[in-house]
Amino acid sequence: MDKKILFNAGFFKHIRRYTMLIALVSIWLIFSFLTDGIFISPRNLSNLFVQTVAVAIIAIGMTLVIVTRNIDLSVGSVAALAGAVAAFLQVKMGWPTTSVIAAALIVGVLIGVWHGFWIAYRAVPAFIVTLASMMVFRGLVLGVTNGTTIAPLSDSFKAIGQSYVSPHLSALIGILVIVAYIFLDFNRRRQRIKYGFKVTRLPLEVLKLFLISSAIAGIFAIMIFNRGVHCAVLLVMVLALIFYFIAEHTVFGRQLYAIGGNPDAAELSGLNIKKSVMLLYVIFGALTAVSGLVLTARLNAATTSAGQGMELDVIAAAVIGGTSLMGGEGTIIGSVIGALIMASLDNGMSLMNTNITYQYIIKGLILLLAVWVDIATRNKA
Amino acid sequence: MPDEYILQMEGITKDFPGVRALDSVTFNVKKGHIHALVGENGAGKSTLMKVLSGVYPSGTYQGNIVINGEKQVFHTIKDSENRGIVIIYQELALIKELNIAENVCVGNEVSRFGVINWDESFLKTEKALKQVGLNENPLTSLASLGVGEQQLVAIAKALSKEARILVLDEPTATLSQEEAERLLKILLKLKEEGVTCIYISHRLKEVFDIADEITVLRDGKTVASYAKKELTESKLISLMVGRELIDIYPRRKHLLKEVIFEVRDWTVYNPAINKIISDVNFKLHKGEILGISGLVGAGRTELVMSLFNVWGKKASGNIFLEGKELHISNPGSAIKAGIALASEDRKRYGLVLNEDIKRNISLASLLKIAKASIINENEEIKYAEKYTSDLHIKTPSIEQRTLNLSGGNQQKVVLGKWLMTMPKVLILDEPTRGIDVGAKSEIYNIINDLVRLGLGVIVISSELPEIIGICDRILVMHEGRFTGELLAEEATQEKIMNYATGRIKEEVNQDG
Repeated sequence: MDKKILFNAGFFKHIRRYTMLIALVSIWLIFSFLTDGIFISPRNLSNLFVQTVAVAIIAIGMTLVIVTRNIDLSVGSVAALAGAVAAFLQVKMGWPTTSVIAAALIVGVLIGVWHGFWIAYRAVPAFIVTLASMMVFRGLVLGVTNGTTIAPLSDSFKAIGQSYVSPHLSALIGILVIVAYIFLDFNRRRQRIKYGFKVTRLPLEVLKLFLISSAIAGIFAIMIFNRGVHCAVLLVMVLALIFYFIAEHTVFGRQLYAIGGNPDAAELSGLNIKKSVMLLYVIFGALTAVSGLVLTARLNAATTSAGQGMELDVIAAAVIGGTSLMGGEGTIIGSVIGALIMASLDNGMSLMNTNITYQYIIKGLILLLAVWVDIATRNKA
Repeated sequence: MPDEYILQMEGITKDFPGVRALDSVTFNVKKGHIHALVGENGAGKSTLMKVLSGVYPSGTYQGNIVINGEKQVFHTIKDSENRGIVIIYQELALIKELNIAENVCVGNEVSRFGVINWDESFLKTEKALKQVGLNENPLTSLASLGVGEQQLVAIAKALSKEARILVLDEPTATLSQEEAERLLKILLKLKEEGVTCIYISHRLKEVFDIADEITVLRDGKTVASYAKKELTESKLISLMVGRELIDIYPRRKHLLKEVIFEVRDWTVYNPAINKIISDVNFKLHKGEILGISGLVGAGRTELVMSLFNVWGKKASGNIFLEGKELHISNPGSAIKAGIALASEDRKRYGLVLNEDIKRNISLASLLKIAKASIINENEEIKYAEKYTSDLHIKTPSIEQRTLNLSGGNQQKVVLGKWLMTMPKVLILDEPTRGIDVGAKSEIYNIINDLVRLGLGVIVISSELPEIIGICDRILVMHEGRFTGELLAEEATQEKIMNYATGRIKEEVNQDG
């Protein structure tokens, strides 16, 4: 009896971990079939990755924000503002690219401080604080751009959103990633043996390494067959790795999950909730600014409507990726997959020339379905 | 003569997983009487009332409920309300944002086709307010009323539902003396109007002031039912506590060492719920188990929470650890200094339920296992394994979510979390609530091991045998003050109850 319960719990846990990956692969297969293979071509998939970038960068941070039972509705406006400030300083004031990047990041950090102050130290619900910011910063975007489009940007700025790492260098990076992964995994295994803990049997471990390495190689291959790895995609990979590390392996990240899982217990365990939430919003502000820079560079212009509606795509991506709005649960990788699912739907339906009416309806229903599946499996696990 | 009973509950047995909460309880109430239901915390009073009100629907318990000679089957609260049974709980089920009339009528709106007739509603409310002697405009918002007046609104609401049996669960626990007296007068007036009342209270003086009959519950069984004149307070107390002491309490030799922890002139208050902890002084010695006893609502939990600065506003007081004064601004600084507090509500304040054993144990000591803010997961596993085996936590793996553990094992995980912080003073609030006898005994052994290592331990418990069985010294609280201090050798359940019910508070104060 006990054994059966354990088996079920384990079974659902595993299913849960891979549900979204399975969903992503299914969506890709369906679209490939419906578009006679155009969808699965390296060129289209590379485009798909690039389309995912702006949402994915913010979704990485939004995961942690939602994990702490907070939200940020202002990301579209903040990203637009960071991009507008950067474009303004470069086009109108002639600043070099590095300076405008720094300026945009400072804007993001300051906005993060502003949010953290109201949410953590004045206990105003995050929903309201960031709803207000959504309007305030959209207003500032109009102010900075004076209601017009600011363009063109210098080549070095555009490179963030438009350039590719050469195929040779891309291949080298791919190989390095795989080698580093295998090295870290074996190092971890050695440490566990040193502590006298049980480890996975070697053949299984090797199988796991082989599968994951193949997946990494496959993703790099897709991009190499096109034009090499897109700079912005590389940026997402790096950011995802950094935030994965913060979430899983640092005191700060661990505390965020405890705060979201049970704020009362976290407080009584000596955690400084206000400080953690403040720090999170500051980091998230900077991350949002990065996304704004990529968005602006890709369009080669700062527009008044940039990033509009982005907050909903980002939240949808995080939630589809398994982040719980009740707090305490969610993974960075899940949210990146969630962003890919949303972008795949956009991309695939565009290829099929689906009427925009149905595009909205289908995306909405898939969001609903994904969350229901998540809740249904969560209760059983 | 069964027909003079308005309510007969016969052979009520209610089981929860692993516990028999009620064991063939008989409870008979005569028409137009005020019938007091008394018993220790956890004796089964609330469970019995939940059976009566249909919170536990018919079929989830055994036994019969008979009203006016007719057998009843209640599936929902609405069913029991239709038969005139209305319960007013300790935490008032009122909505602060609404006005009096809206509160009185909510759930029983005077309406036609879903449209509320406000004139009728106000009339109904005014009539009910008059019955309880509350001179307020029905449009007054509830938030502007005091706790005592809100209590009266709750009773008015019950009366407007044409309650014939009114159940009051600890109605005076949060009231001031005058407010409580006013409430009691109104209950006596309602009695004259023919309302039957079941009155649950820890305040024995009130019980003797207004009750016609008294039924005592203990450990889920009916001990006795008496007319008031047949009882004295001391007889009642011995009926409430008079159980046999089963010896599951490991004894050990107690060596008094130096003072490790001291609290002086501690006064804190919380105006929102009209509660105050006043003038508390105590010392805790190294290697000592100090008990804090008292009835629910006496302020024990609030006292220890206020030491961590998570309850109330401090008016005065100092805390000393090993002779040095501590300034505790938040739980973090208390933990750092070496004080740990395992709260009474482990699910709310103790565990992050969706996380596993390992992460819960390390939660309060993450810095200990981290270098440059990066967690060494192998160290974490090592600690988790250590406390899981030291405390005999039964689990297939330290990666089991705490949600899936039994109460006893959950409590051990909480203990493990606090032991990992290496405390000098460990405060345990109701450490064995809701866990079975075997796990209890294990927890007593763990506490004994800890004091042997030189910790000072404070145990808050509502179970008198437990507190007498494991503590070296017992402080008794009543309404936010310490009313008595007893050494283990001299402590009896009767003595503690005398202090806890405030019966001999004055004598102690004169002594001091």
